Amino acid sequence: MTTEQAATDAPVTHDTYALGRRDRVFGLIQRHGATAVLVLLLAVGSLSFSRFPTTENLGDIAITSSFPAMVALGMTFVIITGGIDLSVGSVFALGGVLAAYAVRWGTAAGLLVPLAVCGAIGLVQGLLIARVRLAPFIVTLAGLLGARGLLLSISHEGATTYLIPHGSLLARLGQGRLFGLGQPVYLTLALFVIGAVLLQRTGFGQAVYAIGGAEDAAALMGVRVARTKIIVYVLSGTLAGLSGALNAARLSSGVTILGTGMELDVIAAVVIGGTLLTGGAGSVSGTIAGVLLLGVIQNLINQIGDLSSSYQQVVSGAFLAVVVVVQTYLSRARRL
Amino acid sequence: MLDARDIVKRFTGVLALDRVSLSLRPGEVHALVGENGAGKSTLIKVITGVYRPDDGEVRLAGRPARFTGPLDAGRAGVQAVHQEIGLVPDLSVARNLLLGREPRRAFGLLDARRMHETAARTLAAYGVRVDVRLPLRSLGVGAQQMVALARAVSVDARVVIMDEPTSSLEPREVDTLFGVIDRLRDQGIAVVYVSHRLDELYRICDGVTVLRDGRVVHQGTLADLNRIHLVSLMLGRDVAQVRAEGVTRFSGAHEASAGPPVLEAYGLSSRHLLDGVSLTVRPREVVGLGGLLGAGRTETAKAIAGVLPLDAGRVTVAGLRVRRGSATAAVRAGIALLPEDRKAEGIVPTLSVRDNIALAALPRLARGGLVSDARIDRIVDTFMKRLRIKATGPHQPVAELSGGNQQKVLLARWMATEPKVLLLDEPTRGIDVGAKAEVQALVDELAEAGLAVLLISSDLEELVEGSDRVVVLKNGAVVGELIGDELTEEGVMTTIAAEVQ
Repeated sequence: MTTEQAATDAPVTHDTYALGRRDRVFGLIQRHGATAVLVLLLAVGSLSFSRFPTTENLGDIAITSSFPAMVALGMTFVIITGGIDLSVGSVFALGGVLAAYAVRWGTAAGLLVPLAVCGAIGLVQGLLIARVRLAPFIVTLAGLLGARGLLLSISHEGATTYLIPHGSLLARLGQGRLFGLGQPVYLTLALFVIGAVLLQRTGFGQAVYAIGGAEDAAALMGVRVARTKIIVYVLSGTLAGLSGALNAARLSSGVTILGTGMELDVIAAVVIGGTLLTGGAGSVSGTIAGVLLLGVIQNLINQIGDLSSSYQQVVSGAFLAVVVVVQTYLSRARRL
Repeated sequence: MLDARDIVKRFTGVLALDRVSLSLRPGEVHALVGENGAGKSTLIKVITGVYRPDDGEVRLAGRPARFTGPLDAGRAGVQAVHQEIGLVPDLSVARNLLLGREPRRAFGLLDARRMHETAARTLAAYGVRVDVRLPLRSLGVGAQQMVALARAVSVDARVVIMDEPTSSLEPREVDTLFGVIDRLRDQGIAVVYVSHRLDELYRICDGVTVLRDGRVVHQGTLADLNRIHLVSLMLGRDVAQVRAEGVTRFSGAHEASAGPPVLEAYGLSSRHLLDGVSLTVRPREVVGLGGLLGAGRTETAKAIAGVLPLDAGRVTVAGLRVRRGSATAAVRAGIALLPEDRKAEGIVPTLSVRDNIALAALPRLARGGLVSDARIDRIVDTFMKRLRIKATGPHQPVAELSGGNQQKVLLARWMATEPKVLLLDEPTRGIDVGAKAEVQALVDELAEAGLAVLLISSDLEELVEGSDRVVVLKNGAVVGELIGDELTEEGVMTTIAAEVQ
């Protein structure tokens, strides 16, 4: 009993409600708006500041953006399922401290310990959210506090700073350069390619979208909702840990005060990249544009020498507000 | 094929299904009918494993079937297609259709091209020709329903349960659906068809099961059952029994004033829900809205109250036109709607009786943005007495009151706004007999006091006894109006059962 036999010559009565041009334009803005603004900003920046379009400066933007980008990649998955992960800032810092602490047992330990611990934090959060059905906001807020506490106890309230010896393999992983770009940039790009394939071309990715779009319907269609959610939080925790470890390697030490408020920057980048906070829609390419956009804004404000860098927050905030307003307007207009 | 035997289901003591049996042959299209609360959806949920029956068993192809949920039932070949479409609006059409069984390539990657081809081919068979890469929500409701149906049937279905599949379809889409159902029949798939549209039932169904109050009141071949008999079975009113029985508490003391109508609704249309409904109500008059479930009664009331978006039509109160689609404007004009679902749309359970009553009147009571407690107390006191609300006092949380008293609190809330028009949607549903009589008496009193009342009730007796005039709706349009001697239960049933061309 396949469908093809079901009604081969049933009368054809539906043409479609074709998507109007307006609808398509709105869809384009939602998906590629961040990229367009990014290109615009790059052009304006290049014309306005001679020091902006140099290889060195652009490379600088790339390397500083690559760490939040890794975290944002995991966050994109979480937000598309309709969840949120507030713990990533703390987990990022914890990953760095753990890497610096564990590197005494070798480079492999320096990478695997933070990945395992941060992944485990994600796993516990995912279990609480998917199986116990607690609100992601609360669970990951607890995770934020918990991870920060763990980090402080390892570093004796921040009194001990663990160092990553210069010239060690781990340090070279964070500091090394290839064709003028920092090593982590390439790793980030590779992760994003894998992330895009995972999201667009696998059953897991379909499940992520379906859960965010309509969780009950997804469950009825046989999507393994709980399992998918757990994986998503493990992914987010692991990526935050990896990003933190590499950042520590770049700085040669596990700095305990890093990552405070990072979760908000990352969420902002994801949302600016066109992922809906309500879930069900978004893309990793949008996220990379969102991260770069925030990076470029910061860089440009630094170029205007006499402007305090605090203004970066004001501009980012204002930009985020505009994006959310536009998104809301667009999705409302499309649903009518 | 599917055999449900002596199913019993209780909810906290209330018997929702009382030894209900339903048996389907392969290739049979079986109508499952009954009014609200008759037990249709409970039965469907028992069959698909959402509920576990307290007694009795479901058998599929001769073997006992204990499904753990709709998903499990679906895997075994029992698929339910619901009114609210169980798909993901933001995913593409193809992904919705194939979610969970997408064509794969190496490394478990999805084969997007093959997915789109399969989806397009499958849907073409259902008369849906769309770009399957578009998000599902860009399709019309009818096409979305076809996608849901195609998805359900393509998973090796043996039994397909369709819950009001045509409620949001246009006529030509209904034709397509029936074409699909015919195909299913030819393949030996059994179909349970839940609908209130008599014309459709007689067009497509072979067998029929009529449920009422959780019991099977009739089972047999649909062709052997004439329309008026079917309607009387559904509504539970025996044609002969009607005359013998006593009347309701309605006194009929009020008499409609001869003057111009205070409420005039003209040509109310809303997509597939309402089709040019016009009616008038004069002061001191109670006009009943008759019809089966889904005929457009609630929608008409909501349209008049400005809650339902309209494509066309106008509403005037005392000659003044009310701005279309604005609930605020309707309230200002003096229209009060007592909604059908008082839990979801009316009562604020955590607030006290007093606050619930004062809620709608607050803007009117306020002076310069401040509200005088004394004035509220006075009004609350007046209405608690006048409507005989039984509560320990004005500060008792409304959730602690009985259903009948909650209904009176809602009524008081709207009375406090001094409305000219009162729309009552099933005012006595779910409240006990004593309270029912009281509410009915109140409706009478209010009309006598000069209000224009529009009464919706599935209780045929209540409708006929309580109304001065009954307007009968069917498929979103007015099909008849009964007044004076014509206004009998039999008359209403005949009007509902009448065939439309």
